[in-house]
Amino acid sequence: MQAVQQKAPPMAQTQTMNIIQAVNDALKIQMRKDPRVLVMGEDVGKFGGVFRATQGLYQEFGPNRAIDTPLSEGGIIGTAIGMAIYGLRPVAEIQFADYIFPAFDQLVNEAAKYRYRSGGQYPCPLIVRTPYGGGIRGGHYHSQSPEAYFIHTPGLKVVCPATPYDAKGLLLAAMRQDDPVIFFEPKRMYRAAKGEVPTGDYEVPLEQAKVTREGKHVTLIAWGAMWHTVSEFAETLAKDGISAEVLDLRTLWPVDLTTILKSVEKTGRAVIVHEAPRTCGFGAELSALIHERAMLKLEAPVQRVTGFDTPFPYSLEHDYMPSVSRMRAAVDRTLNY
Amino acid sequence: MKTEEHSPEMKIDLLRQMLRIRRFEEKAAELYSAAKIRGFLHLYIGQEAIAAGAMRALTAEDAVVSTYREHGHALARGVAAAAIMAEMYGKAEGCCHGRGGSMHLFDVSKRFYGGNAIVAGGLPLALGLALADKLAGRARVTACFFGDGAVAEGEFHETMNLAVLWKLPLLLLCENNLYAMGTAIARALSETDLCKKAESYRMPAERIDGMDALAVAVASADATAAVRAGEGPRFLELTTYRFRPHSMFDPDLYRDKAEIAEWKKRDPLPRHIGRLKEEGLLDAAKIDAIERAVADELAQAVAFADAGTLEPVESLTRDVYARTP
Repeated sequence: MQAVQQKAPPMAQTQTMNIIQAVNDALKIQMRKDPRVLVMGEDVGKFGGVFRATQGLYQEFGPNRAIDTPLSEGGIIGTAIGMAIYGLRPVAEIQFADYIFPAFDQLVNEAAKYRYRSGGQYPCPLIVRTPYGGGIRGGHYHSQSPEAYFIHTPGLKVVCPATPYDAKGLLLAAMRQDDPVIFFEPKRMYRAAKGEVPTGDYEVPLEQAKVTREGKHVTLIAWGAMWHTVSEFAETLAKDGISAEVLDLRTLWPVDLTTILKSVEKTGRAVIVHEAPRTCGFGAELSALIHERAMLKLEAPVQRVTGFDTPFPYSLEHDYMPSVSRMRAAVDRTLNY
Repeated sequence: MKTEEHSPEMKIDLLRQMLRIRRFEEKAAELYSAAKIRGFLHLYIGQEAIAAGAMRALTAEDAVVSTYREHGHALARGVAAAAIMAEMYGKAEGCCHGRGGSMHLFDVSKRFYGGNAIVAGGLPLALGLALADKLAGRARVTACFFGDGAVAEGEFHETMNLAVLWKLPLLLLCENNLYAMGTAIARALSETDLCKKAESYRMPAERIDGMDALAVAVASADATAAVRAGEGPRFLELTTYRFRPHSMFDPDLYRDKAEIAEWKKRDPLPRHIGRLKEEGLLDAAKIDAIERAVADELAQAVAFADAGTLEPVESLTRDVYARTP
């Protein structure tokens, strides 16, 4: 697996899009191409999705392919699993990632294991799109980042785009492969992140991280909304003469360890940044992987800058989320070790 | 139910299917004691009339979603006895390469979507199988088996609501054997009339004597016909009893011996045999012939499982993802 530089395919028409528009565009493209694809979830049809990601699908594809459901997460995911193991390509939406837990049994015990426990007889090509993350004053249940639970579950793939370009390309790629994918969308950046996106069809391959900024002193590893924070932070480091390399993992699992190790072996230092609580967060696994594989190339122990081991707070959310000062302290620890 | 379905052949076939299951389960218990089958083993003895009767109503194109007590469902559905037995042995020749064992039988060629050791776990995904058929305009039925224990789970209630809301071609077959493992139904459910629960979701429901193979066959055929005709889901509560403990580990201390004895008087096999003899459809020679055929099939299944091999450890990671890393 190699890092691929972000570039539009030749001759592609582009358009400025935010992440919502990019997701919507991917769904439309694939629903037009593949009659097996359908979306389902709470208010995804007539209403167009709580964040408008499925806007227009009901009008274009009708109620049988933009299916409104009651508030019934286990039922939504279960139904989507049944359709997936029967040859369809359902894209279920869980309105907020915080609401995914009533469907945890269906995801962990059914979707993740269907192929394996049937001895390969029943693939389960299901996509679950869900907005995650804090920074929108959402409080306990509109802010969480539950990626680690699903990374911990063999059989699931976990994807988390940061940019409109990747959101569209990764979602298109996810809808064309045969494993269940939890597709975490950075809701804080849904409209804030804008970029040039090809209007046509393209894929960003799963399982490939991207080096979004080259540097030589320290590797900063992030994904989703935190990648934006980290990228801005890298600019401020540059002003202080610290050259940071920034990785956007894009697919969290299976993780692109090749790109991570290549970067860390070059810089000798790594700081992992995520919103989720620290203990058993994905940063812990990444840190372990790096230490196991690149111990002798490291100049300092891998550092983590994460949310705290508390429920997600309301008024203190910006203290909870990784801040520039905490990231700076972590970088300094690696430089001064 | 159409009159030709009451044919002597149909009645004999019910007997044959019940005997296949009964003898298979008896052998499984024996093989468990001999440590050929390991882990958890949940026998279907006492409940055979349900699998035998209900499965007849389905066509090859219909789907079956089952539970962890599913050997009988798999056998009646036509999953090869040898593949089931080999799976229970944990052999690579089993229907899932020995990965799942007793509680996790699958067969894509029979549209058999699995045994499932998560109680009620199969219910929500059965919705999806049925919805896919409905959206495609296929007159297929998804039959979903579960026990009274599943009724206390949230997934049951989500499924009941969505099935009726979306008018899905789903046949819900609740095998009420009165115990969720060791907990009697009255200690688990505030409302023990399961048909009432179904009706509260506006799902037509019927309680059937699950110890009577013919009654199950007739009710299942009627319910399946209605589901197939697009009338929406149907709920059948099949009252039954397991003659053996919950699993091979269960000392069965929670059931009254007199209660067990009373239910054994309603054993579906002698009951069905008695009826067939009365009707002049069966004599000792015919029973012998069926028993011999069943014994042959079973002997071949055991030999197949005995001769099987273990999946090599190199393939441990196969089928976790479409592409093995």
